[in-house]
Amino acid sequence: MLALSAWSGPGAAKGTGLVFISNEKSDTVTVLDGETDTVVATIEVCGRPRDMEWNADQTLFYVACADDSVIGIVDPEKLAYVDEIPYIEEPEAFEFDRAHKRLFVSNEEDAALSVIDMETREVIAWVDTGEEPEGVYVTKDDKQIWVTAEASNLVHVIDGETYEVLADIVVGTRPRRFATPPDEREIWVSAELAGRVDIIDMETFEVKESISFLPRGFRPEQVTPVDVLITPDGETAYVALGRANHVAVVDVATREVEKYILTGNRTWGLTLTRDGKKLYATNGLSDDVSIIDTETLTNVKSVPVGQIPYIALIDD
Amino acid sequence: MRVLVVLLVVLLASATAGAQQEVTFGYLGLAKDPRYARLKTYTNLVLRPAIDPVDGAMTAMREARIVGRALKMKFALEVVRERDTEGLLAAFEKLYAERDARFFLVDLPGEALAPFAAALRDRDVLLFNVSAMDPELRGEKCQANLLHVIPSRTQITDGLAQFLAQKQWYEVLVLVGPREEDRLFADSFVTSLRRFGGKVVDRREFLPTNDPRARERNNVRLLTSGVDYDAIFVADSRTEFGRFVPYNAYLPRPVVGSIGLVPSAWHWASERFGSPQLNQRFERQVKKKRKMTDFDWAAWAAVRSLLEAYTRTRSTDFATLREALLGEEVRLDVYKGAPADFRPWNRQLRQPILLHTSDAVIAYAPLPQFLHARNNLDTLGVDEPMSACKL
Repeated sequence: MLALSAWSGPGAAKGTGLVFISNEKSDTVTVLDGETDTVVATIEVCGRPRDMEWNADQTLFYVACADDSVIGIVDPEKLAYVDEIPYIEEPEAFEFDRAHKRLFVSNEEDAALSVIDMETREVIAWVDTGEEPEGVYVTKDDKQIWVTAEASNLVHVIDGETYEVLADIVVGTRPRRFATPPDEREIWVSAELAGRVDIIDMETFEVKESISFLPRGFRPEQVTPVDVLITPDGETAYVALGRANHVAVVDVATREVEKYILTGNRTWGLTLTRDGKKLYATNGLSDDVSIIDTETLTNVKSVPVGQIPYIALIDD
Repeated sequence: MRVLVVLLVVLLASATAGAQQEVTFGYLGLAKDPRYARLKTYTNLVLRPAIDPVDGAMTAMREARIVGRALKMKFALEVVRERDTEGLLAAFEKLYAERDARFFLVDLPGEALAPFAAALRDRDVLLFNVSAMDPELRGEKCQANLLHVIPSRTQITDGLAQFLAQKQWYEVLVLVGPREEDRLFADSFVTSLRRFGGKVVDRREFLPTNDPRARERNNVRLLTSGVDYDAIFVADSRTEFGRFVPYNAYLPRPVVGSIGLVPSAWHWASERFGSPQLNQRFERQVKKKRKMTDFDWAAWAAVRSLLEAYTRTRSTDFATLREALLGEEVRLDVYKGAPADFRPWNRQLRQPILLHTSDAVIAYAPLPQFLHARNNLDTLGVDEPMSACKL
């Protein structure tokens, strides 16, 4: 249990213990107290904030703002918008390499993945992708960058050094986000309009399996998975099922769906606490966040946040 | 000489064998299509800029580059405009023979599309209707190789009638303009309204004139008085009269149809289902000169469905691609929510209908209250048992 040993209790939390939620339509980040899960502040940020990531020492976080074409920088202690990286066309999702020297951003409107040097803040490479690139995953050795192209039903594998395209993999309709188990033997990609998750072998680049979802009382066309998350121990996967208003719990080894947890309207973003005990699921159409107890696998609380909450980022 | 010619052909063949596979789609339209002219009114007020649905197709062709990279194919769209059906048939034959084209977007009004398609009834091609909404083309005049991407007028008015039923605005005053398309729109609406339980309290024809002798037909207050109703439906394809109906009516009632709440295949203000991304791609394609319309959307969706068929089958074989397009393999993301596919009984694309004002999408039909045993999208348009289409 790698995740558990790294965690040292809420009192000795590494960060502020706060939970940050980007609100796509309100241009804000809502701040929750991670203990009580109540709203303690709202930070005005840039236009249409979506994906968020920590800097290397978790003292600042970055937020991609598509409408302003910037990546904003927020100080989680001062609760203030402190800086921004300009001229990044319509960023949606992004990832850093392990050393936080390079930033990989999907540029939704430009159909490209851009690579930004964090020191000079300049674009050092540009790779053509299919339309509406979204999810980005950088392998642990920085050797590959994986990116989904939502509107082209492709997953691109890009060389982390030369930025050449190693493979264009055809997947289910509207691929969105990635997750991998810690050994990186396979990568899971959600296919929103196919209502499933495709599992790609990371060696052969072949889709080897797919998992379909159907909570009780829903029709296949209502099942629109977006975010997918695999626990650090590689045993459990959570899949946000979009308009089916549930989070699916999947046993990674057997591929069995163990449970569907009822959440809010169009559940789409997932974030797990460091101790793995709480799962924050953002609900894009009910403007709230569902907080799931991962031991009982129940939705214990719903907290209203800003308009169109995208993802949570936890300072624990 | 003959030897030389043969040799050249062989050389050409071997040169293409090693390269990427080239795939050409055709786009056949009229040189001057009156449907797409700028909609101008008195004193040069522009109610709608000129439309060219090729822009929609080109938006999808931009996506084709990367799909082509993945499939090792190169996609091209050959746009041909002729003055009449004859010219288009000749262009068709040329593309068919010289470019091996098998998929054609056909951008013609119903009266031109019917003879054009009929002439190609037995050919091994697929024609994508991107702009003719006439129900007959999906009914008695349907044919197996004619696919309809643009919704039928029936789908459009069914969407609106569902909205009225959901609001319990059952009693409707119908105002109809002098044009043939106004009459067709009104007739279709009346059928839809009855289908969903509503009724017409009166049907009145208006005339766009200031003639005081015709005031019963040109004065909005007079036109809307004397009866009670829940809503006013206006059929006015040019909206030159219709735009004065809201706020001028005798009773304070919502206005729907060509103005007010309008049912459409697409709208630029749609904020859900990823539509902002498609709208932005389109506006980039036309350099922000105009917004994406129903026809642009249909041309885009036609090319998109083709790319999807090539992606799913990884084939260039016509029969394989045809089967994929018509079967369950292609579940098309049309940025309106539910995935779209072609109805097997009349080749109409199943799709949601947008109900919008001038700058907001109010609802997406089918509304959640309307269910269907097979697919809720089949609550819009002529369903299988009612269809006059024999394929």
